Amino acid sequence: MIGASTIRKEGRAKVLGTAKYTDDLDLPGALHGVTVRTRCARGVLRGFTFLDGVPWDEITVATAADIPGRNIVASIHDDQPFLVEVGGTISHPEQAVVLLAHPDRQVAEKARGLVRLEVDELPAVLDIPASLACDPVIHGERNVLKEILITKGDADAAMARAARVFEGEYRTGAQEQLYLEPNAMIGTVEEGPAGREVTVSGSLQCPYYVHDALIQLFGLPAERVRVVALEMGGGFGGKEDFPSVIAGHAALLALKAGRPVKIAYDREEDMAATTKRHPSRTRVRTGFDAEGRLVAMDIDFVLDGGAFTTLSPVVLSRGAIHACGPYRCGDVRVLARAVATNTPPCGAFRGFGAPQSLFAIERHMDHCAREMGLDPVDLRRLNFLRKGDTMATGQVIKDDLDLAGLMDRAMEEIAFRDLQKAYRVRNAWDDPIKRGVGLSVFMHGCGFTGSGEAHMASVAGVEGREDGTVAVLAASTEMGQGKNTVFCQIVAETLGLPVDLVEMAEVDTRFVPNSGPTVASRSTMVVGKILEDAARGLRLALLQGGFLAEPYTPAQFRAAVAAARAKLGSLKAYGQFKANPEAAWDDKTYRGDAYPNYSWACYAAAVAVDLTTFEVKVEDFAAVQEVGRVVNPTLATGQIQGGVAQGIGWALWEDVTFREGRMVNNQLTNYIIPTAADLPHIRVAFLEAGNPFGPGGAKGIGELPMDGPAPAIANALREALGDLRLDEVPMTPERILQRLEEARHA
Amino acid sequence: MPETFRLDFTVNGQARSLDTHPMARLLDVLREGLGLTGTKEGCGEGECGACSVLLDGRVVNSCLIPAVQAQGAEVVTVEGLAAGGGLSPMQDAFLAHNAAQCGFCTPGMLIAAEDLVRRCPAPDKEQVREGLAGNLCRCTGYSKIVDAVQAVARKEGQP
Repeated sequence: MIGASTIRKEGRAKVLGTAKYTDDLDLPGALHGVTVRTRCARGVLRGFTFLDGVPWDEITVATAADIPGRNIVASIHDDQPFLVEVGGTISHPEQAVVLLAHPDRQVAEKARGLVRLEVDELPAVLDIPASLACDPVIHGERNVLKEILITKGDADAAMARAARVFEGEYRTGAQEQLYLEPNAMIGTVEEGPAGREVTVSGSLQCPYYVHDALIQLFGLPAERVRVVALEMGGGFGGKEDFPSVIAGHAALLALKAGRPVKIAYDREEDMAATTKRHPSRTRVRTGFDAEGRLVAMDIDFVLDGGAFTTLSPVVLSRGAIHACGPYRCGDVRVLARAVATNTPPCGAFRGFGAPQSLFAIERHMDHCAREMGLDPVDLRRLNFLRKGDTMATGQVIKDDLDLAGLMDRAMEEIAFRDLQKAYRVRNAWDDPIKRGVGLSVFMHGCGFTGSGEAHMASVAGVEGREDGTVAVLAASTEMGQGKNTVFCQIVAETLGLPVDLVEMAEVDTRFVPNSGPTVASRSTMVVGKILEDAARGLRLALLQGGFLAEPYTPAQFRAAVAAARAKLGSLKAYGQFKANPEAAWDDKTYRGDAYPNYSWACYAAAVAVDLTTFEVKVEDFAAVQEVGRVVNPTLATGQIQGGVAQGIGWALWEDVTFREGRMVNNQLTNYIIPTAADLPHIRVAFLEAGNPFGPGGAKGIGELPMDGPAPAIANALREALGDLRLDEVPMTPERILQRLEEARHA
Repeated sequence: MPETFRLDFTVNGQARSLDTHPMARLLDVLREGLGLTGTKEGCGEGECGACSVLLDGRVVNSCLIPAVQAQGAEVVTVEGLAAGGGLSPMQDAFLAHNAAQCGFCTPGMLIAAEDLVRRCPAPDKEQVREGLAGNLCRCTGYSKIVDAVQAVARKEGQP
């Protein structure tokens, strides 16, 4: 089963159009909820008034005064309220103040425009330079949400000894996840035998994050809060933490109304109000010896976290740990800071901080090679990490690692050297189309950072059902990545069954244990491993209980399950995450094994740029990655291709534009993502290597494809445009023109 | 508010009749009026194509079409593609090639793909990419969708 391209479990319902997403559900008596937002980047809320124009007596109104528990969205730090209180601080323009609900969506919408807020405005901080300059201070003493320092050796001393030192500054913009299904959530509050019960179902990646947020919002015990994950039209991290906010809003309105309430954002609201990828600014200083070996790295990495802490500390952590790229260097300093601004909080997005810092180091290595008169490919080859090397946190590479081989394979896939030669000849011709080929080499840590998995101690299970089939019990959600199918494959493989005898149970906190959030490329490797253990437990129970004897046929297994269930009443087996006893991590010093394992990749891009329009087209793209064992090659390939498309979008077109803290291009007409006609066929190849931590040897896959495209494309553009450096994402025609103009006048 | 009117049209081969507002969007009439929730709303401004349906044989964004424009017309939604309880060849190819990931763009994408193959029975990769450029997908990077459409075109192109 592992290694087979099993057909997607829920695929049939999806192609028939019968799969039900949150907004497809029509609940009798449900109201439509809408959100009134601050529209002011920073200030103090003095009050609000309701203007004439709608029948207010028909409208349910909820404000901070209606919150039964804590007015805090549970996360890493308690700094984000569900609703701004009267007299409270406004920290960004999309903060919710008043919630309204009505049976008719149109009436609710109209009412939203008739709530007037009274606000005393204050000066705002709108970007990284203003935040670093503390102009003004909006958070703590110096606007820093989180600071991390990673040191290895003595970077200053090594830099002083270096034969050559190079510096660069690299910037990346915000990116919108743009899952095709906008956020939607349905809340219900009922009086049960033990008191108030809250149920929320919707489009969400992390059921137990929402569960925790609702427990605190309502001040209820865990068993009276229930969260159900419905069919989800994409997430990419965008439905990791924000759904807690919408879930709380829907449930509050349901409490006030005494009826179910659905909140379904339209695209504009979704784009403006929800989280995005953190904008970044990275300064990289590197020292090399006379042969081109890296001897010192000094990296200053800054992320714009937006108004509240949310997930910024962990996004920052991943960005910082990946900042040195796949290179060996004895003396390193990485200073990483997430700073506060008065924009909506940034959040999780595929790659989770790593695309930002990897863009910087992979651009920087190309830049250094050219400055030294070396081929960027050769400079990388000289400096790659190998087995036995120590990374910045002190983690020793224990697996066989052949990054040069990986790079060669990607170059071969795209005929890198042939293209490079041909392009160099043709770029000298008098033709407005210039072409280049470039690559990036990078890694992505699989699973939570550091001790995250040990703290989480995730649990997942399997259940033998009455009909003899097996259900997978996990809180991990399907958002298109293929988790339903991959989990069933892992369990089927362990039980020696065909995959159609294994199905996912509904993701409902009442019935499935907390297998952790569906993030960080952890589902297949971490939860899959737990499921492998759980399935072994079920098999052993059937064998030792005398229900089954080896070898067995699927029919005998089914009969054994049915018999065991009939006798025992229920038949469930669970597994729990087991930390590698040899792995050590210190959260305070940032020393140790940052991840149980890394996936490794080389991406190569061939691009054409038109010097009349400055438009860039990616003409060919190869993605080669070593991800341990591939559980489902077709699904894995699709996930990589989709991620690469998102990465190309971030590199070239996706330009979130803020004005006074608000996203102003919050429509699909002016926020441009790639269409089928904008992309080449994306070539995907997997190299498999052993990994003792994942089921069947599997490692994480899903985030790699976001890390590699932008630097590969920037490096290819550098080839196409001669000496021109493009160190900022996205590389829009306007930016390319601007850089060319600057170069002309320099 | 303008008065309601009676909309009579054919949806997925069946005559349907309902009272609606003349400026109601075809999308809302299909989803809320007829419960055909296979058709999705991704952007509400005709950019993403998730709401694509066939209106008298032409692909339209049902979020942009006033329902009144469907008077007397024939509409086909994703629910109308499957025949006799099975999948259409295009649905089958989407399933086999993993062309549906999160599945939210899939209904609109299938409508556009069916229409493309009908208009252009043997499209090359570029023609498929151009033909599907009105439908956004954020999961697949389009490669698998192009494969699925070409697989159907090849099969149907055979004698």
